[in-house]
Amino acid sequence: MNGNHIHLTLNIWRQETPSSKGNFEEYKQNVSPDASILEILDEINNHLEAEGKRPIAFESDCREGICGTCGLVINGHPHGPLPKTATCQLHMRNFNDGETLYIEPFRAAAFPVIKDLIVDRSGFDKIQQAGGYVSFNTGSAPDANNILIPKQIADLALDAAECIGCGACVAACKNSSAMLFVAAKVSQFALLPQGQSERYERVQAMVKVMDENLFGSCTNTYACEAECPKGISVSNIARMNREYIVAQLKTEELAH
Amino acid sequence: MVKLDSHVPDGNISEKWSNHKFSMKLVNPANKRKYDIIVVGTGLAGASAAASLGELGYKVKAFSYHDSPRRAHSIAAQGGINAAKNYQNDSDSVFRLFYDTVKGGDFRSREANVYRLAEVSNNIIDQCVAQGVPFAREYGGTLANRSFGGAQVSRTFYARGETGQQLLLGAYGSLNRQIHLGNVKMFPRREMLDLVIVDGKAQGIMVRNLITGEVESHSAQAVILATGGYMNVYFLSTNAMNSNVTASWRAHKRGAVFANPCYTQIHPTCLPVHGENQSKLVLMSESLRNDGRIWVPKKIGDTRSPDQIPEDERDYYLERKYPAFGNLVPRDVASRNAKYVCDEGRGVNGGRAVYLDFSEAFNRIGTEGVKDKYGNLFDMYQNITGTDPYKVPMQIYPAPHYAMGGLWVDYNLMSNVPGLFVLGEANFSDHGANRLGASALMQGLADGYFVIPYTLGNYLTTEKPAKVDPKSNEFKEAENNVKENVSKLLNVNGKQTVDSIHKRLGHILIDKVGMSRSEKGLKEAINSISELREEFWKDVKIVGKGSELNQTLERAGRVSDFLELGELMAIDALNRNESCGGHFREEYQTVEGEALRRDDEYSYVAAWEFKQPGKWELNKENLEFDNIKLATRSYK
Repeated sequence: MNGNHIHLTLNIWRQETPSSKGNFEEYKQNVSPDASILEILDEINNHLEAEGKRPIAFESDCREGICGTCGLVINGHPHGPLPKTATCQLHMRNFNDGETLYIEPFRAAAFPVIKDLIVDRSGFDKIQQAGGYVSFNTGSAPDANNILIPKQIADLALDAAECIGCGACVAACKNSSAMLFVAAKVSQFALLPQGQSERYERVQAMVKVMDENLFGSCTNTYACEAECPKGISVSNIARMNREYIVAQLKTEELAH
Repeated sequence: MVKLDSHVPDGNISEKWSNHKFSMKLVNPANKRKYDIIVVGTGLAGASAAASLGELGYKVKAFSYHDSPRRAHSIAAQGGINAAKNYQNDSDSVFRLFYDTVKGGDFRSREANVYRLAEVSNNIIDQCVAQGVPFAREYGGTLANRSFGGAQVSRTFYARGETGQQLLLGAYGSLNRQIHLGNVKMFPRREMLDLVIVDGKAQGIMVRNLITGEVESHSAQAVILATGGYMNVYFLSTNAMNSNVTASWRAHKRGAVFANPCYTQIHPTCLPVHGENQSKLVLMSESLRNDGRIWVPKKIGDTRSPDQIPEDERDYYLERKYPAFGNLVPRDVASRNAKYVCDEGRGVNGGRAVYLDFSEAFNRIGTEGVKDKYGNLFDMYQNITGTDPYKVPMQIYPAPHYAMGGLWVDYNLMSNVPGLFVLGEANFSDHGANRLGASALMQGLADGYFVIPYTLGNYLTTEKPAKVDPKSNEFKEAENNVKENVSKLLNVNGKQTVDSIHKRLGHILIDKVGMSRSEKGLKEAINSISELREEFWKDVKIVGKGSELNQTLERAGRVSDFLELGELMAIDALNRNESCGGHFREEYQTVEGEALRRDDEYSYVAAWEFKQPGKWELNKENLEFDNIKLATRSYK
């Protein structure tokens, strides 16, 4: 592990309230290459607090890249420049001595800033509440091995289910579309036998709430997949589009 | 003194739970909606409880300090979840899982609770599969299993290295469905800061809205805490940044007794500390010990790079001391021995790390073979340390990971305060002095899906289905208490940051109440912690106001509780004049240096009753072992 420190200039977004204007403030910091970017923010905050100044508000929890709490835009990239890496897993050895960094919150109409680098992602929960589940009460399950699922299908479902709900896809998209996030859940259940009963209602309900919560449309730029810390594939969006079209037809069929 | 009645039902151990379920009273379906239930914490235990209670028709209010229930630290569990399905035809059974868990806990857990845990383990897998949790599968479509944590049967179900994530998202889905149906109301970004007791019963909580700083009262006929473990008391641990003891601790200060706080698990396969500014420790699955060999240089002060140290100058200390189990000894044994060799000055470069070396595995199964089994862990190691573990042996060191201790509960998961239930890692119930791998997820979901929906109903039949008034004097008193505490914190206006004091607490605890404890060290710890607590209240500095989003204030409140808990951990460890599981007292070891349990004197749960800061009274619940013969763990 490397002991040589590097010097960085960090321009960090400060915004006291949702309605205040906000601006970048500059911090110069001598950092250990083994530290993560969030540990650098911790350090800056410790200095600020010791001087009686307001620390930078930012969120993080597991710091293992799985809870999806953290999420900063670093030099224009949600979660920074490294592919398939959450902000908390971004270490300073990936930057050069003397480099300047710009750190700001996820930007999207659907994710209003609460304070500094913290945004409100409650729109995601609303979409999940609309149908991101199999309606199944505790206690009525058959023996687990009664439901056979080919390994390939289970693996595909898990590829989609790995979404950590961080919102980088929305922040990366020029339209602030949440299609990758919604498609990940729709795909998981469209692939699995357990999801079949509600397959078509689910996709319609989730898309409806997505549209109501200021998320934009998908125009196939694939920026979402490029910035996704879990590498969720855009093929899930294609699957969701197919599900949605079939769902519209089925609903018409049922109406007749 | 508190009367501790475990309320374990009579009868044969295998029939207790069935009989109890039948004998418990039922709430009329039409009356269920008249009961408000508060659930604090929405990880595996809390989300599964809130969802299941919502399905039954209760009116549930669920609280989390996160922006979304999906953030809870259950999400980070890697390895898997145990169940006694015996799908592998390898002689597993409910009794064997029960036996392994009691023995693994070093005979310091309550038999009846553990048996029930093993019994409902199979229902959990059924439930999660029905929800669409994508567990690993065999080509024929059946569920896959692996052996985990040295178990001799393959009973662990998993989803890559992300089992906790998939199980939590399953429970989160069920919770979302109940929110959608209006049975559960979700209150995110709220931190519980007090428990309200009316007529001796838990009937509400005070929470702080973390966005506005407003203090809110919420009333109910029962309160369920599912608020996780307290390992962040050590400052550096594998727990998430926000994990804390505050909800449990505030309930403790209102009368709930705290059991076995000294039982803490320090996990052997974590990344070593890289510097003073490190914020947390990262766990790597202990499955690495299946193929990696652990060693340090034989000589003190040998700073050669590992490839320059010849075989005969390496000490594979676990293989040397425990020829039968070698690198697969239980977590506590592996951790303690890593500490010893580093204390001797034989750690990597004289520091606090040991090698985990895969050279032998590379020769045996090839680099590709290792990559197949551990690829994601090797990638994670490289990402965090910047070192390629395919070329240079990994370095590891133990890290605080899981709290076996917690609030005392009876068989019904109710604390000694009527109406206050405690689930998951927050209670002390099932793991004794040491938890086995892949058992935490099992316990969280057992409590939430399959225990509390039954036992809560039985309690509620003694309660009138009438709204609890959130404007009573008791609520006002609690509200004032919370507000006073917040302003007290803000008004100290000293010089030291919250984190700097927390770090010092962590140093004391890991040093003296960590992997190895002595009477002298514990007495020193008690003094230093109580001094540090005084210092905190005289000299802590919190910038900002109470009426806004203030993360420093949030941390300060949590650290003020850790400063009390830390002292109790040391007091509990000093009281327990024996070694068992994660609690190793240097004075109590065999001639070979192994843990010496003293069943005649210490076969009890130590449940501490809060009197005032720094003062507790000990209550004991005796443990009886009718179904499993007490034995000494041996891994030689």
